[in-house]
Amino acid sequence: MTLHRRKLLTVGAGLAGTALLGGCDRFAGTETGRRTLKVGEDANLYVQRLLMSPTTLAREFPAAMISPWFKPNGTIDPPDREFRALAAKKFADFKLTIDGLVQTPLSLSLEDLRGLPGRTQVTRHDCVEGWSCIGQWSGVPLAELLNRAGLKPQARYAVFHCADTLEYAGGGLEGGDGASLWRPEHPGSVRDGYIQLAAAEDWGGASTATDAPKDDWGQGAPEPEAPEDKRTPIRYYESIDLFDAFNPQTILAYDLNGKPLPVSNGAPLRLRVERQLGYKQAKYVMRVELVESLAGFGQGGGGYWEDRGYEWYAGI
Amino acid sequence: MAAAPALEAPETVDASGRRWFYRHPVVIRLAHWINAVVLLVLLMSGLQIFNAHPALYWGAVSTFDDPALAITSEQGRDGTNRGVVTIGSHSFDTTGVLGLSREGGTAVDRAFPSWATLPADQDLTTGRRWHFLFAWFLVINGAVYLLYGLFSGQLRRRLIPDGDQIRDFGGSVKEHLLLRFPEGEEAKRYNVIQKLTYFVVVLGLLPAMVLAGLAMSPGVDAAWHWLPDLFGGRQSARTIHFIAAGLLVLFVVVHVVLVLVSGLANNMRGMLTGWFSLGRPEKETAR
Repeated sequence: MTLHRRKLLTVGAGLAGTALLGGCDRFAGTETGRRTLKVGEDANLYVQRLLMSPTTLAREFPAAMISPWFKPNGTIDPPDREFRALAAKKFADFKLTIDGLVQTPLSLSLEDLRGLPGRTQVTRHDCVEGWSCIGQWSGVPLAELLNRAGLKPQARYAVFHCADTLEYAGGGLEGGDGASLWRPEHPGSVRDGYIQLAAAEDWGGASTATDAPKDDWGQGAPEPEAPEDKRTPIRYYESIDLFDAFNPQTILAYDLNGKPLPVSNGAPLRLRVERQLGYKQAKYVMRVELVESLAGFGQGGGGYWEDRGYEWYAGI
Repeated sequence: MAAAPALEAPETVDASGRRWFYRHPVVIRLAHWINAVVLLVLLMSGLQIFNAHPALYWGAVSTFDDPALAITSEQGRDGTNRGVVTIGSHSFDTTGVLGLSREGGTAVDRAFPSWATLPADQDLTTGRRWHFLFAWFLVINGAVYLLYGLFSGQLRRRLIPDGDQIRDFGGSVKEHLLLRFPEGEEAKRYNVIQKLTYFVVVLGLLPAMVLAGLAMSPGVDAAWHWLPDLFGGRQSARTIHFIAAGLLVLFVVVHVVLVLVSGLANNMRGMLTGWFSLGRPEKETAR
């Protein structure tokens, strides 16, 4: 081998290395880059579904393994006026709506839901950030509700509409009247951001409620949100397909560790989809809508975080 | 000299009398370089993911008050922020690199510094996408390497020490520590330490890495309840994944250093073209 060729190879390797490190970020920012990187998600969905049947259950743990503190994440105290009004009356006026592509739309109170056949499961919750907690969830299997409502043949996804506003359309972060909102970077950063914010700008009753774990609903004095906000709120939402919707462990939970779900963990109802990550476990669920396509909700990603780049299939 | 096992690989002598040996078949060479790029992307995107929750635990769940390892920033006695690594009950000041580092001129709180993560900015979304796509490349490339290695006999030749190598283990260690590298016939095979190291990395560390990674997936865990248990729980699997990454970095550092000291040009030529120089025969007979 000539010296010339050797030098060429060395220079080539150096250039390739620099291009790799410097170019990766630029590549990831392009449409082609985004689509290429999404191939991994598609492969994971496909392969994991091969490994599972619709009734494959996540591991259930003995009660002794329940975490002493179930870390609340994302929104832990929705600033929304309607939600605060419901919470103040311990969700006595709450109604869960099930509609969309169903034969019979349903509207059920917490009492109604508690009267239906329930399921209790001790499962591990895995946050996209990396941490895990084990909790005991009791609730109504989603399949129970979907069977009562009766799906129309076109129904392919269940969309979960939540009560909590995370930001306002147009980038407005200030909710006014002290109820500040923030734009979190990722599902795991929210809580820390929330607490820092609460500490930085003393915003009254709500901030004290964020740090102290709540055992029950409606503690503290819920503050009304911004008086008359004309902006469009962007609320949390999530979606799953029927493969997960009819899994026996997919429940709308009303109890955590044998007690009514605290607001910080998603009262009055929280979705549990045990084969996926934490951000799929939508909190403050108000409405379940059966749809054929996820286009037309948010930015079409199928969830608040999905619209911000996270995988719709959060099985990994 | 103990006879090296017969190798069914081409050999030639050039006009200057130098002996050449076709050391690395093309599949091995391709797999090697693909692996190098893939591991770099996986390492840097892995550090990005780690930064989202820079603490490690043991067991099924996170014991937030008592992590096994945490990389944080906290206010020092002088009022300025410091980067701190806490392992068990020991804390180390790592300001500038871990916990607190400069990003575009300003000090930011982040476990691993911007230059070590992919993307450079704090961006868990994109980090995950890089990591999970390249994890597939690692698995596919690894499967091709293993299947080819198994059926061609390359794997056995590269990873399993020969009988005489095991008998002369002490001598080989001494030669290696003195950085004396063989030429001629003996250079046709890896020495016993190389073989054992590659054995551990190829058949131990890398598969453990993949399995520990999969054990963090709630979907895979639902299908295979035994998988997280294999590592002592999901959080243990995450910790082992992190430690294994550190061991792989250590391996690569040692590997690159030895490539440099044992003859960069010859080694690089070998891994790029396949041809490896065994030196000149007169030199060999002089040994």
